[in-house]
Amino acid sequence: MTSLEACVRESKARISAAASGERFASAFTPTAAFVILVACAIPILTLEARAQLQSTVGTQSVLQSLIKWFPLILFGPPREFGGFALNIAVSFLAMALGTAVGIVLGLGQISIHRPLRNLAWALTQFFRNAPWLVLLFFVMLLTPFQIRLFGFSIPLPGWLKASVGLSLPIMANMSEIVRGAVNSIPTAQWESAESLAFTRLQTLWRIILPQCVRRMIPPWMNWYAILTMATPLISIVGVNDAMTLTQDALSAEQRTDLLMPMYSLLLALFFLYCYPIARWTLWLERKYAVKI
Amino acid sequence: MQANAAWTPDQPIVSVRDVHKSYGKVEVLKGVSLDVRKGEVVCIIGPSGSGKSTLLRCINALVGIDKGSILVEGQEVHDPKLDKLELRKKVSMVFQQYNLFPHKTALENVMMAPILVLKRPKEEVEAQARRLIKKVRLEGKENSYPGELSGGQQQRVAIARSLAMTPDVMLFDEVTSALDPETVKEVLSTIRELADDGMTCILVTHEMGFAREVGDHIYFTEKGVIVEHGPPATFFKEARDPRTREFLSQIL
Ligand SMILES: Nc1ncnc2c1ncn2[C@@H]1O[C@H](COP(=O)(O)OP(=O)(O)OP(=O)(O)O)[C@@H](O)[C@H]1O
Ligand SMILES: [Mg+2]
Repeated sequence: MTSLEACVRESKARISAAASGERFASAFTPTAAFVILVACAIPILTLEARAQLQSTVGTQSVLQSLIKWFPLILFGPPREFGGFALNIAVSFLAMALGTAVGIVLGLGQISIHRPLRNLAWALTQFFRNAPWLVLLFFVMLLTPFQIRLFGFSIPLPGWLKASVGLSLPIMANMSEIVRGAVNSIPTAQWESAESLAFTRLQTLWRIILPQCVRRMIPPWMNWYAILTMATPLISIVGVNDAMTLTQDALSAEQRTDLLMPMYSLLLALFFLYCYPIARWTLWLERKYAVKI
Repeated sequence: MQANAAWTPDQPIVSVRDVHKSYGKVEVLKGVSLDVRKGEVVCIIGPSGSGKSTLLRCINALVGIDKGSILVEGQEVHDPKLDKLELRKKVSMVFQQYNLFPHKTALENVMMAPILVLKRPKEEVEAQARRLIKKVRLEGKENSYPGELSGGQQQRVAIARSLAMTPDVMLFDEVTSALDPETVKEVLSTIRELADDGMTCILVTHEMGFAREVGDHIYFTEKGVIVEHGPPATFFKEARDPRTREFLSQIL
């Protein structure tokens, strides 16, 4: 009964595909437990180790050090914009840029003009399959430190260029999300709109895209979470983000016992920010799956 | 509406002449001709895949034709210079699967095209849409979304949506095939009322009883050709072609 087997295998595959979202969520629960444990363990370990540490090292306890550095890692040096807040700012900017250009590119992919369609497809494929870090380096190296506009020279800060760099893969993935969502709408919708004499553009804006929004939001939010977790990449190109500042703090302290707690703190920051987004995405996915 | 100067209402409102249409190598229509006069109800019957939907799509210019001519009010439908908007103001189509816009309420579905396509004022369109919803007996369902309506109710909204374009000819493509027997009646009585009001209708249907009762002329298609046609009285009783007789014996 090979056909029966094939059938069973196929349905299993489908079930596991459907459940992958679930698994994504449940995989988070152990991770969550782990990070929260580490976060809680830090002060406890510190209490126990305090006397010993203070006698041997003769400096601040781990907890004291963490507390000392925490504002810097969160908001950057005084009177400067940086730290985790900068990661979030870069994620917002890259997402906004990538989404805007990505929608245009995605609509290009479904254009009736063949050259335009091919160009949009090629750009999408190129940026979708390029390593983020390499794209980041390219943008950092290709763009000048400042641009001249109407006789003014406007400096281009590193975080701005980094945002542009990170927006490229988002753009390409957004383009695919748009293309996929538009294609998922039955052609009968196009046909009935055409028979009512709507133009192609009217059909797209008034009938097709409004139906796509619900389908696009969960994958779009998923890419936002991925982007946010990728923002520490910008530390490599010399931006004062949370990762850079954590490393600065560690090299200032020169204490190996601080390594794990400091990085755990960084992980916890990202986790506390991204985990609710992942949960929210999942909730929206379920909600929309039922509705339509 | 700019009708062709040569056309007068005593001539056929729709005139199909020797239409050929292929999808790739498959010839779906092999020289179809038919005439529909103003106010007439023409029913097209025939086995699955005989090209009935394709014929309606050609009349509405949703697909092009390879050979022949289709005149609506004396205007060639497949003239590349023809303004499709002008055609679709005259000819409106209702589909088997209703194809309502799921993100819009029943009322909005009816109002959309007159506002966006015909650019008519909103208040006037809304008043007309409410009248049409009443006409298809869906009062109180104005603010329901298609997902909240039964198949028969959705189909009647679709008919109202087509009527909102104030067409001269309505095309119905198996509009009751997706419905359960109970709701078929509601939709058929809506179409019957339209026919009684003098609307020109071309309908593809499997409802033989309905075709016999409402139809002025019946066409039987098979494999892309019209095998036989005639008024229902003679068509259903004295079909000459053996293919027609076999089809009728299976379905009746
Ligand atoms: N877009 C298309 N591309 C290719 N072939 C098509 C297309 N549309 C229809 N056909 C083919 O043309 C033939 C006639 O199709 P059509 O839908 O007109 O038949 P029909 O008489 O309406 O049948 P039914 O009663 O099942 O609706 C079929 O063989 C079908 O496979
Ligand atoms: Mg059909």
